[in-house]
Amino acid sequence: MSNKLESKFGQYGGMYVPELLIPALDQLEQAFIDAQNDPEFQAEFIGLLKDYAGRPTPLTKVRNLVSNPLVTMYLKREDLLHGGAHKTNQVLGQALLTKRMGKTHVIAETGAGQHGTATALACALLGLKARIYMGAKDVERQAPNVFRMRLMGAEVIPVDAGSGTLKDAVNEALRDWSASYETAHYLLGTAAGPHPFPTIVREFHRMIGEEVREQIMQKEGRLPDSVVACVGGGSNAIGIFADFIDSPEVGLVGVEPAGKGIDTHMHGAAIATGSSGILHGAYSYIMQDKDGQIEESYSVSAGLDYPAVGPQHAHLNDIGRATYSSVTDDEALEAFQLLAKKEGIIPALESSHALAHALKMAEAADKETLIVVNLSGRGDKDIDHVQKILKGDN
Amino acid sequence: MQTSSTDRYAQLFDDLKTKQQGAFVPFVMLGDPDKQTSIEIILTLVENGADALELGFPFSDPIADGPTIQKAAIRALDQGIRPDDCFEIIAAVREKHADIPIGLLLYSNLVMKPGIEAFYAKAAQVGVDSILLADVPLRESAPFRDAAVKYNIKQILIAPPNASDDALADIAAASDGYIYLLGRAGVTGTESTATTPVAELAAKLNQHKGAPAVIGFGISKPEHVSAAIKAGAAGAIAGSATVNLIHDNLGDKQLMLQKLADFTQAMKAATL
Ligand SMILES: Cc1ncc(COP(=O)(O)O)c(C=O)c1O
Repeated sequence: MSNKLESKFGQYGGMYVPELLIPALDQLEQAFIDAQNDPEFQAEFIGLLKDYAGRPTPLTKVRNLVSNPLVTMYLKREDLLHGGAHKTNQVLGQALLTKRMGKTHVIAETGAGQHGTATALACALLGLKARIYMGAKDVERQAPNVFRMRLMGAEVIPVDAGSGTLKDAVNEALRDWSASYETAHYLLGTAAGPHPFPTIVREFHRMIGEEVREQIMQKEGRLPDSVVACVGGGSNAIGIFADFIDSPEVGLVGVEPAGKGIDTHMHGAAIATGSSGILHGAYSYIMQDKDGQIEESYSVSAGLDYPAVGPQHAHLNDIGRATYSSVTDDEALEAFQLLAKKEGIIPALESSHALAHALKMAEAADKETLIVVNLSGRGDKDIDHVQKILKGDN
Repeated sequence: MQTSSTDRYAQLFDDLKTKQQGAFVPFVMLGDPDKQTSIEIILTLVENGADALELGFPFSDPIADGPTIQKAAIRALDQGIRPDDCFEIIAAVREKHADIPIGLLLYSNLVMKPGIEAFYAKAAQVGVDSILLADVPLRESAPFRDAAVKYNIKQILIAPPNASDDALADIAAASDGYIYLLGRAGVTGTESTATTPVAELAAKLNQHKGAPAVIGFGISKPEHVSAAIKAGAAGAIAGSATVNLIHDNLGDKQLMLQKLADFTQAMKAATL
């Protein structure tokens, strides 16, 4: 048996899962291939994106944020999507796939609760039963999102094992799936994990980049010099990159969380560590110790607090098609406040990482430069947390 | 020390066939609850009738394991057990027991980090007979099987209850030493017992004339062992049930070893 779609990106990716999960992943791959070729499925997906979720999202030119007159900066407004982040796009796609496969239950992991919230809303809409694994620590830190998920009918299951954060929630979701694959779909929340997830998640987010292409051509008559996105597992980044990968004049820039600094161990910048290995079913850049034990990541932004990165990003990095930088907690917090003050937009802490790096690029520019930043989500979920940090309680 | 021409699994299954017995194979986590006790535990298993050993390397993210084996890994990691300690424990056991087949059951990243070749070389050096990687399906197994061949180690593959007939045939053809037949879906643990019609699965595997099929997952009582043998398996593996005896008796090592001895004898008796 082999795969119908390419399961690797260069040397990265693959299906490093128990043999037991292979039939479920093969079934998913086949359902995805069929759905991509089924006009009815596509019409339903596009209809939901437009009339339920609010696509296309605007591309907003910033007015006051950038002082360098050579630089024009736009924000892709995924923060305005229903659910408050880009996550809703691919969740709707996978929820439709779940129904197509005749499954009635959905399993998901969540860190900050954004993917869990998106999963809960899609399941409420489409009549699916959701069980969402969330690290016990995160359940405590993200109480409003836990309440949101429960309001929409999802079961939220705290995970005590390990560090009680996102990576442990993924472990638990995989364990659940290995007993329940006949009736349940594992709706993975980012462009990571075993094949075919990185490919499915990319394709169900690629409208982000496609819309940017159309919108920027309309507004500026040319493609951007750079597209900048934050990278947790890599879904919003691959979503905005995908349509530009074959347009070499467009620079692709991913921004990882440097936390308290890359040299402190308190970060989540897997690509920056330069060390590769296998976590959650894929070979990619991961954070690990000298024996191969997975290390805990850290970031002020829960959505970026993950010790690996999607395999396509690892490959884009190695072939030099995309570059990956990192931004510290403090820099992200500054960008968070700056966007609120200057433009009246409160970004998610995740997206603030992309913005902070784009602002550095803007400052350094010595020729006409057109930059698009993926504003992957809104910051409502973060305001309590940021308020505490700024008051010095944290 | 290892004599590289020995095929301990073939020898074992031949002997058992002659004696009309099945194999009882306990699993424990190396270094649980500490290095010295771990050696004593494994020696107790061997000296009370274990036909072969399945030994785990503690890993931070064991996605195929339920709470019992997760906790065993955490106990070992909390003691600072590292892969080198695991190899030392195995070497100590091998020194005392030249003939018992020793299998490793672990996760791929612990092999990737030192490098596939380096890991297999080290395993061969301490007298390991087989390696099963819980998160490496047949489809990703080629580089690991190449290293296994090179270092004269058997690469064990898992035959799951949901595999198609074609997939079962491929797995039977590729798995060396024995085939790990999953007794049920899900993760390791004694919470649920083997449920799938294993007789049917065992018959299909036996038909392919591959390596002998040994059943694991959900085996915790002597009656599970006798049922497995009756269903056509060449043996049965008990992991969580064995590890539970360690967990439940952490405060009293002598009692722990006694319980492990009694358990092993009872499980072995069920293979007769
Ligand atoms: C708003 C937002 N942006 C980005 C991310 C990071 O995920 P990814 O790298 O998959 O886009 C998250 C994850 O929760 C998020 O909520």
